[in-house]
Amino acid sequence: MTSEAGACPLVGGASLCACARGLAHGGGAGAGWPFAEPPLLLTVSHSQITRLYSRFTSLDKGENGTLSREDFQRIPELAINPLGDRIINAFFPEGEDQVNFRGFMRTLAHFRPIEDNEKSKDQNGPEPLNSRSNKLHCKKYEPSYTIAFRLYDLDKDDKISRDELLQVLRMMVGVNISDEQLGSIADRTIQEADQDGDSAISFAEFVKVLEKVDVEQKMSIRFLH
Amino acid sequence: MQPPASPAASPGPGAPAGSELLRWQWREVQVPCLVAAWILVASLAKIVFHLSRKVTSVVPESCLLILLGLGLGGIVLAVAKKAEYQLEPNMFFLFLLPPIVLDSGYFMPSRLFFNNIGAILTYAVVGTLWNSFATGVALWGLHQAGLMDPGVEAGLMDFLLFGSLISAVDPVAVLAVFEEVHVNETLFIIVFGESLLNDAVTVGFVLPAGAVQGVQLFCGAGPSTHPCHGLCEGVSFFLVSLGGTAVGLLFAFLLALITRFTKRVRIIEPLFVFLLAYVAYLAAEMVSLSSILAVTFCGICCKKYVEANISQKSRTTVKYTMKTLASSSETIIFMFLGISAVDTSKWAWDTTLVLGTLLFILLFRAVGVVLQTCVLNRFRLIPLDRIDQVVMSYGGLRGAVAFALVILLDGAKVKAKDYFVATTIVVVFFTVIVQGLTIKPLVTWLKVKRSDHHKPTLNEELHEHAFDHILAAVEDIVGHHGYHYWRDKWEQFDKKYLSQLLMRKSAYRLRDEIWDVYYKLNIRDAISFVDQGGHVLSAAKLSLPSMPSRTSMSESSVTNLLRESGSGACLDLQVIDTVRSRRDKEDAVMHHVLRGSLYKPRRRYKASYSRHFISPDKQERQDKEIFRQNMKRRLETFKSTKHNVCSSKSKARLKEKGRKKKGISLTSDSPNGKTQRNVPWQEAAPVLVMVSSDEEESNSSETEREDDEGIVFIARATDEVLQGKKTPSSLDVCPSPCIIPPSPTLAEKELPWKGDQADLAVYVSSETTKIVPVDMQKAWNQSISSLESIASPPGIETGPQHKRFACPVLEEQPQSASQAMPEQSSCFQFPSHVSKSSRSQSDSSPDGTEQQELQPLMAAEEPSRILPSMEPRWLIQFNRASQL
Repeated sequence: MTSEAGACPLVGGASLCACARGLAHGGGAGAGWPFAEPPLLLTVSHSQITRLYSRFTSLDKGENGTLSREDFQRIPELAINPLGDRIINAFFPEGEDQVNFRGFMRTLAHFRPIEDNEKSKDQNGPEPLNSRSNKLHCKKYEPSYTIAFRLYDLDKDDKISRDELLQVLRMMVGVNISDEQLGSIADRTIQEADQDGDSAISFAEFVKVLEKVDVEQKMSIRFLH
Repeated sequence: MQPPASPAASPGPGAPAGSELLRWQWREVQVPCLVAAWILVASLAKIVFHLSRKVTSVVPESCLLILLGLGLGGIVLAVAKKAEYQLEPNMFFLFLLPPIVLDSGYFMPSRLFFNNIGAILTYAVVGTLWNSFATGVALWGLHQAGLMDPGVEAGLMDFLLFGSLISAVDPVAVLAVFEEVHVNETLFIIVFGESLLNDAVTVGFVLPAGAVQGVQLFCGAGPSTHPCHGLCEGVSFFLVSLGGTAVGLLFAFLLALITRFTKRVRIIEPLFVFLLAYVAYLAAEMVSLSSILAVTFCGICCKKYVEANISQKSRTTVKYTMKTLASSSETIIFMFLGISAVDTSKWAWDTTLVLGTLLFILLFRAVGVVLQTCVLNRFRLIPLDRIDQVVMSYGGLRGAVAFALVILLDGAKVKAKDYFVATTIVVVFFTVIVQGLTIKPLVTWLKVKRSDHHKPTLNEELHEHAFDHILAAVEDIVGHHGYHYWRDKWEQFDKKYLSQLLMRKSAYRLRDEIWDVYYKLNIRDAISFVDQGGHVLSAAKLSLPSMPSRTSMSESSVTNLLRESGSGACLDLQVIDTVRSRRDKEDAVMHHVLRGSLYKPRRRYKASYSRHFISPDKQERQDKEIFRQNMKRRLETFKSTKHNVCSSKSKARLKEKGRKKKGISLTSDSPNGKTQRNVPWQEAAPVLVMVSSDEEESNSSETEREDDEGIVFIARATDEVLQGKKTPSSLDVCPSPCIIPPSPTLAEKELPWKGDQADLAVYVSSETTKIVPVDMQKAWNQSISSLESIASPPGIETGPQHKRFACPVLEEQPQSASQAMPEQSSCFQFPSHVSKSSRSQSDSSPDGTEQQELQPLMAAEEPSRILPSMEPRWLIQFNRASQL
């Protein structure tokens, strides 16, 4: 780990890194990106960027400053991760086939541990579900929920339908479960979460179901520290 | 121990009058009788306390008990004119403390504990040392400044000693107060873990240092004639703590090993747990190691194996006995603390000392916590914020351990012992009563995140599982190996050696996280079911949305398997064990099913450790499966991205159409004369099935298409493409409706690179994941090339058909399809494979080919496929599943 810890804003740092190598892959990185850029992104330190950038370049077999799906798929562990492809997809803005370093960082920033001030802000207002989910809908504060929800919600209608749930279930279970069983599990899961009776899990319901789980904590990795 | 009272006449040899029928034998039964009486009093008092909900919600039980003790002590003092029934250190350390520690260790949430072990150790070691030194030195400073009563004869060492015994946070007090406060679990585990582990500091540092009575028992190392030997203390600290831990681990190992063989004598299982833990405690005491650490770690480490080994009833017994013992110990401790405080003969009051101590322990704890948190937060995933720090500082309660220790001080060596005793009592009372009373309002006022004990739900289970996968993937992408990596290593070691050694084979097999959730859910449901008198099956409960599938569910997996294999017995343990409502059964089955087949996140089992004893090919199989599925998906995605033609939209539709067509004519795409086979069944039932489900299928294709947009990222773009060239000859008919959709399956089975599937499986699973990319790339390239050759040319040819498929006229399709198929398959690289597969399929059943396409759920589909009346939903699923 490098010892240089001067915090520099990510955007500056990233483009700096990228530009320095003449690799800036113009445009579109955030264009169709469904998630708002989390504010905490701005506090990524220089050493973190350096570290991730070296990882980025090592993944970038084409050496064109962007990562393609194949680059990700080359990571051996991802090939045996049942949700691997969905996660890879999360790195790619809609309609894009490549992701540059900035986009790469943007996605990874969702897994950053939440910052102090943010957390206390969250605590000071123990809000009811409504406002909380509203806040979530701004997609600013709790990116982990969003990213998990998007993993299920393929058609982006802010609802996990039974079919969408089934798809993910099917990915996560082995082939020896029959469809009926899986269907019942999906039914049960939806039934458990569903509140408004539309046989789908809305984002608010998703958050509600997981509110007992410390998602921020569970969904953070200390890769940025 | 004396024999229990025998009220009946049993004239002993020394009885004065043999004719006496009843004899007063108080002396013989005095001790146990008093013990029983005290426990009875304390327990009755507890009942009284809890009569009023209001009181207990405001005042912690420990406070009430202390006050009660004070009252009782006062009465005893008034009656007997001398203080009796003190909290004897021997009794405390030998009998009262172990149950509490064992209980806390055994029921310690081990994952949480080890997640925070760094913070806990820091606070326990650094924090306690800092508190000791700072308090001791500051008090000494006060003394030097002449602020104290001259009667306090104490040097620096004495004050240091006092400082260290007074600064150790007490597990009993912390537990008593925090359990009622319900702060969030991280906060709790840090404070509580600290209070448990800092015992090593106290015992290792204080006792050898200070002259202590009864050295033989609590501090064998303590000739302690050289109290101020810094180096010696440091060494002894490490020795004491690590030694204690080692003793605990040793006994945990023994315990687990023993319980492995208790299958025939279930009844003594709980006994072993208590006995060995206690022996661990005593053994550690005997060699003057940290006995608290020994029992704590014994409890933490043995639990997993013991719980797996012993029977359910023993588990309950252990749990309840442990809780009962701990609770009564706690009660007695607090009550006796109160009683002991009355004994003024031991007191020597010095206001400066008392106030100074109070001030310093509060101040230095706060300072220490803040400073350490500053450092710790640099390394913590979730930093401890200011509110946490306040609670941690304020939650540093002192208790009976400090009191017992100060009583143990040797008055001959520590001249100011009486002053210290008084101060300790005041400090303990202050922390337990004042802080204990105020911490709850404080926590509420500060809005500290509370913990909420809730039942695990299916949702959480699934989503958390998904989170695990996500995190594992992201870690892989980032190339980060941190805490999870080591934890993983440990788990591998555990799985490979320890569990194998310490667990019964049957128990090992059942051990699983999801199993646990499932199990607990079941037990809970079953209990609630029984509690409610067994008539929970109200209409409301029965009308679950999952009702329709109930029958299929309850007959799934194990039960079904057994039934099929002809045995009437049901080996499902749950079924045997518990009487369950239908809902429970459903729950059970679901969890059962999930447990059996949810993929484990990668980090739970590093591939480099993949040689498992239990089912060496299990992970291999999983890896293979996932790999295959992933590759399949990628192929599809790749196809669509590469050519930008096979849009997900059209694909979904085409797939379905291809399927439809296949239902009718699929065998025709086998070039080698299999077409005859079509004829008979073509006009038969399957066609009808398809027709009946036609509408639903088109519906399904609608939803499906939307879904697909998510999977296939170019969906929108292709949408435009699709609309742009709506010509019938457009390429969006893509590869061929019938070959491409099945191509994942077919390709998977038949593509040349899949030919070395066996090798592939080996690569993926055994040891090195590193080999995979090579293999994958090879596979990738080959599949790409094959796909390219499949995809582009036949598109135009098949174009016209596209329209025809779209129209629902069934008669046309067979012909068009059969025309098209040979063409396409001629372009297809591996016709022989196709034919082979289709042959094998058509051999089994007429609609086998269709299933082939609709894999991987073939087994499940079969019945529904045959039954025309099957719900449309299932069809949707089949279709969907084939995409997955």
